[in-house]
This record gives sequence, C-alpha cells and structure tokens, in this order.
Amino acid sequence: MTKHKKTDFQWRNKHLIGLSDLSREEIEFILDTARGFEEISTRSIKKAPALRGKVVVNMFFEDSTRTRNSFTLAAGRLSADVIEFSKSYSSVSKGETLIDTARNLEAMGVDIVVIRHGAGGAPKLLSRSINACVVNAGDGYHEHPTQALLDVYTIRQIKGTLDGLKIGIVGDIAHSRVARSNIYAMTKLGAEVTLIGPPTLMPAQVQKLPVQVSCDLDAVIEKLDVINMLRIQFERLGGNLFPSIREYSHFFGLTVDRMKKAKPDMLVMHPGPINRGLEIESEVADGPRSVILRQVANGLAIRMAVLFLVNQAAAVEAKEQKS
Amino acid sequence: MTNGIRSILIKNGRLIDPANGVDEVADLLITEDKVQKIGRLDNKADTVLDATGRIVSPGLIDLHVHFRQPGDEEEETIASGSAAAVAGGFTSVVCMPNTNPPIDEATGVEFIHRMGRQARKTFIYVMGALTKDRKGEDLAEIGLMAQAGAIGFTDDGAGVQNTAVMLRAMKYASMFGLVVSQHCQDDSLARNGVMNAGYNSTILGLPGIDPLAEEMMLWRDIQLVKKTQVRYHAQHISTAGSVSIIRQAKEEGLPVTCEVTPHHLLLTEEYVRDYDTNYKVNPPLRTLADVEALRRAVQEGLIDALATDHAPHLKSEKELEFLAAPFGIASLECALPLYRKALIDPGLLDWPQMLAMLTWRPARILGVQKGTLAVGDRADVAIIDPDAEWTIDSGRFYSKSHNCPYDGWTVKGRVLQTIVAGELRYSADERSACRS
Repeated sequence: MTKHKKTDFQWRNKHLIGLSDLSREEIEFILDTARGFEEISTRSIKKAPALRGKVVVNMFFEDSTRTRNSFTLAAGRLSADVIEFSKSYSSVSKGETLIDTARNLEAMGVDIVVIRHGAGGAPKLLSRSINACVVNAGDGYHEHPTQALLDVYTIRQIKGTLDGLKIGIVGDIAHSRVARSNIYAMTKLGAEVTLIGPPTLMPAQVQKLPVQVSCDLDAVIEKLDVINMLRIQFERLGGNLFPSIREYSHFFGLTVDRMKKAKPDMLVMHPGPINRGLEIESEVADGPRSVILRQVANGLAIRMAVLFLVNQAAAVEAKEQKS
Repeated sequence: MTNGIRSILIKNGRLIDPANGVDEVADLLITEDKVQKIGRLDNKADTVLDATGRIVSPGLIDLHVHFRQPGDEEEETIASGSAAAVAGGFTSVVCMPNTNPPIDEATGVEFIHRMGRQARKTFIYVMGALTKDRKGEDLAEIGLMAQAGAIGFTDDGAGVQNTAVMLRAMKYASMFGLVVSQHCQDDSLARNGVMNAGYNSTILGLPGIDPLAEEMMLWRDIQLVKKTQVRYHAQHISTAGSVSIIRQAKEEGLPVTCEVTPHHLLLTEEYVRDYDTNYKVNPPLRTLADVEALRRAVQEGLIDALATDHAPHLKSEKELEFLAAPFGIASLECALPLYRKALIDPGLLDWPQMLAMLTWRPARILGVQKGTLAVGDRADVAIIDPDAEWTIDSGRFYSKSHNCPYDGWTVKGRVLQTIVAGELRYSADERSACRS
C-alpha cells in the first residue's frame, strides 16, 4: 500500500518519543510512508484497513485542537477504534498517576497510546511502564515529533529536499517542543538552522545544539529559504521574559515590511494556532508564501504513517517473541 | 565478665582514630558505654569480635538525614531510619527539620529525641528550623529549641530567601553558640527547576537550576558571616563555583564549613538523560567538571564533612513524571562504599583521611565530643571490611524507601558491626542490605 522506495530498511520502533533518537534514514522512511497515505485522503471513501481491530487512545493532558483532531482522524482513516481521554495535568495535583491511568487503559486492550502531556518525559515514562505503543503528541518543552515531521514533509514537498536549505525558527525556543523536534529533523535532513529570538527565550547552552543563534531577525531574514514562526506564549509574560507583546512584535514579528527583505520564495510556516498581528501579520499568514494550512493537511498523512509504523513494529516484535 | 558489667572486646583490628592520629593494629576493650583499654589485650569479655583485616573506626556521623517523622511515616520513621543508619555504620545522625509539621519549636525537638531513644539504634540529633514553619519570614523559637537540645538551625530544603531575615536569624542564633546551616538556593533563580541548567536540561526540555542559584546564596551568607561571626555550615555544595567561594571564605579565616554528598561526588546530570527520577535530587546532579572540582576540594581539605542527605521517598511518588516527582536519594545504608569509590579508589584520600570526614570533623561542626576513640571516650564504633565486595540491593534496605540510584552497583567496603554507646546495635551477619 505504501509507495516508499524499495530498500532493505525495516522500521523497528514501536514507540515514537522524539526525533533526537532517529536517524536520517528513519525520518525519511516516515516521510516516504506518509506520501503513500496522502492518496487515501483524496478517495471518496477515505479509509484503509491497516489498523482494523486495533484500539488507539488519545490521552491528552493538555488542551489541543488540531493535533488531537489530526490523530483522531488519522486513526479513523486506518480503521482503528479511538478512545478519547482528557484530563488536565498539574505537577502538584494528587490522585491517579499517569502510570495508573495508562495501565487501566491498557487493561481495556489498547494497542497505541497517543499522549500529549505538560511534563517533558511523560511519554518516555509511559513507554517504560506499558506494553502498548506510545506516540508522543507533545511533551512539555521536550519534543513534538509529529509536528516536526509534518514541517519537514511540507518543506520537502515544495522544495524537493532540505539539503542545504537555510531555515530560521523564530520565537520562544526555550519553552518550545516544536523548536527542539524541528532542530533535530531539519539538521538531520541536511538543512542549516538558525534560531532567532531574544536571549531570554533561548535555552541553556543553546550553542551546543547544531544550530546558529541570532537575535536580529532583520539581519538574517534575507538568507532564509524557510521561516518557522513559533507562537508567542502569553503565560511567559508573567516570567518577564520579554517586556511587552508590542516590543516583541517590533523585533520578531513577521510583518509585510519585513517580508520585503526575504527571498521571494521563502516559505512561511507556523505550527499554529497563530496570534494574528503578534508574531505574524494576517497578510503574511494568509499570503501566497504561507504554507500554514498545507502543514495541517500534511499532518494527517504523517500521523497515519506514524500510527501505521509503530503498530507494524509492535506486530514484528510480538511475532519474534512467539517464535 | 561476671559482675554484670557489659563488655565487648574487639580483637586485632586496624584501629583508625583520625582525631588522635592513630592507625595501628590493636585490640579495643569496651566496658559499659566507654572505651576501657586499647593495646594488646587478653581480657575476657561478654562479646569478642575478631576484627582481623578489618578497620575499627569511631562510629560514623552523618550531618544530614531525613527520617520523615513526623508527617511522612510511610516514607521513613525514626525507627526505620535509625536501623538504616547503624547498617551504614552511622552511630550519630542529624535529622533535618523539614518534617510535617516542621521542627520549629521545642516540643518537636523533644519528640525527635524521644523517638530516637525508643528506636535505640543510632544517636539522633536534630536541627531546628531557623524560621517559623520554614517560611523564611519570622524567627522560630531558636533559644527554646536550643535548650531542648537542638544541635543547630536550618530551614533545610529551602534557603532563607530574604537577606534581612537571614542576617537577623544569624545574629540571634549567635547567642546560643550553635551552628547555623543553609540549603543554599536562590529561588528567584532556581524557580521551578528540576535538574541542572545546561545542555542536558535543554535537550530534555526540563526547567533547569542554574549553578548560580546555589552560589549566589552561599556568597551572600558568607558576607553575613563576616558581619555576625556565627558558625555557618553550607549543606551539600554541588558546584565548582561553590568550591571557590568556600576556599575564599576559609582563606579569610571565617567560621565556615561545608559538606558534600555521595551523589555529587559520583553522579552527573548525564544520568538524568532517561528521565529516571531516582536521579532527581536537590541540589541537582551537575557536570563532570563540578564532580571533579568537588573531589579535588575534598582532597585539598576544603570540604569538612561527607553527608548523605538521605532522602527517602515512596516508589509511587518517584514513579511520577520527572517534573512532579519529589527530590531525593536514599543512600544511608550504602554510603561508606560510595565514598570509598569516589575518594579512596581514585587515590584522593586514604582511609584515615576519609574517616576523619565522617567522624571528628562533622562532630566538630556540631560542637560535640564525638567521633574519637581514645580511652574514656564514648564507645561508638564501626567495624568495616574495607575490601568486601557486595552488590547494593535497595530492596533489602532497612529504610522504608528504595529510591536509590545505586541499586545493582557492585561496590567495595562493608560495615560489619556497629556499636553505639557500648551496645552492639548492628551486625551484618543478622541481615544486611547486600547479597554477598
């Protein structure tokens, strides 16, 4: 069913926790698998039987609309049964622990757990505690692998390759899981990544990451082939990491004016949801160089590929244990 | 002995009494709770222990333990903690006041002492809180606690954030001549951090605690020591920067001491890479450069004492997300071989030097006559097989908690017997935390 290149490569990961652990070959294999699934969404009956009889649970401990819907739809298109589970998470609240919750769900015969959690490492903890496949849908500031996969998928779709591309990621890098997964995916696929933002929004020892760092968007924008604008997190204002939204927009907002300095074919990306007029002006977000909605569309194929592959790896593992 | 006087004869051990410069093979006779005789002895005794090839040391002293009573008895009690202590060779320990409720008035001090006497294992000291409810605002009843027997004062687990409050607390406490101790951490810098701030925290996406959080408060406190001349003890220092600050304070002749833990001598932030909460501890595990600086500082004599910061926690709590799990490592029962691994094996210290940091030097910080083994001294003794190899099995700890990152480590050096006030309170033959 999938149309990826014929290679000897075999996908062996029953969990997708992060992209830091994956090789270029593995990342490309997911992207190639996703390409095969893209076609399903164009059919009149948008279904494939790959996960028929399998149960996927969406365990969301943080609010999410697009990621959650995307996973739900992806699992549905592969004919899985989907359980939705939501709970707000606080690191101080007592009660049922994450592991208890997961073990209860597992007792109901869940095959794949898709987890979104406010604490970095929660998916890793889960993968150590249960037998089901674990797919990270975003954990704290750690990783958001499917977001980064759909980002590089979109870039590859339009630019053909990431090799040699110059990509800027703008905003709150310190508290962004999207930024971290993006850095791994993009650099592994051969792009040069520049992180752009005020020093208060850069993580500790950022210079040890395989990236360039700049606090001057105007100075670097002209070189970029792709710009990925991160969402301003309003709650960060409480920590006084930048003085005001006005000042942030002045230095780091993607405005029509600033776009004039950029290459004519620079792609504009955003993981959503966008704050119009803050990190990005409406005309830019809705403009011809924006691929924001294409990212969302591609997210579906990526998530179908990920669910398909982890399930396949689990099946291989189960077979090996039997024999 | 016939006249009802209790006695123990320890034969042929390597008697190391660092305070008195003793390191020789000798017999040691204990009668009642005192050291009676040292030399080549052929006295009869109720109990005769053959210590050939073993070290006979003054009982070890741990300046920093958490026995969780009152309030968290499911994690540890003074009874279970005391049993763990003697299994680790510790004949005296200092309980920290961050219990629930905290030890911030005299009845709490009396309660801890009473439970310690009932447990009848190790000798229990207690530090009282510096401020009411450990909130860093109003002074606790330091004087009444001192009269009730508190051995020092600290808001342990939290540093006193407000400089004026800390200055006032130090001035006030100076009236009683007891040590003032601090968990150095500037919360405005540490914020919600859960591990060392650096490359690893960036990769893991976890909020970090910058070394500056420790160093700023340590530096501040030392300025306050200059003003008050109070005896000041910095708990569990963890960074190379802290070592420099301590060095300077000592060069200036200030009454400043400090301790270091086994984990800050052995483990780095790299161990956190898999989000294993058994490595979540405060101060956090730092970098290799910090570990090396601490080890060198020990060798230089800048560090006064070794202390475990034994911090038991329930498995169910340590199974939480890294962000939510409590800080702490339980290591009282395996501390001695860990110190050996960190300090003796690399050739930084020999046994007498290391035992000094576990006996008379911590005793001096507390201002108590302990940690020595001369005729007439209180008979607190640890008998150690310095080379016995064993595998740490936290499942067999006397401690009620098993949050021990050293589980499964094969280590060298084992406590065989522990004698407290002339009573054999622990013997490895009966049960121990190891499978040989």
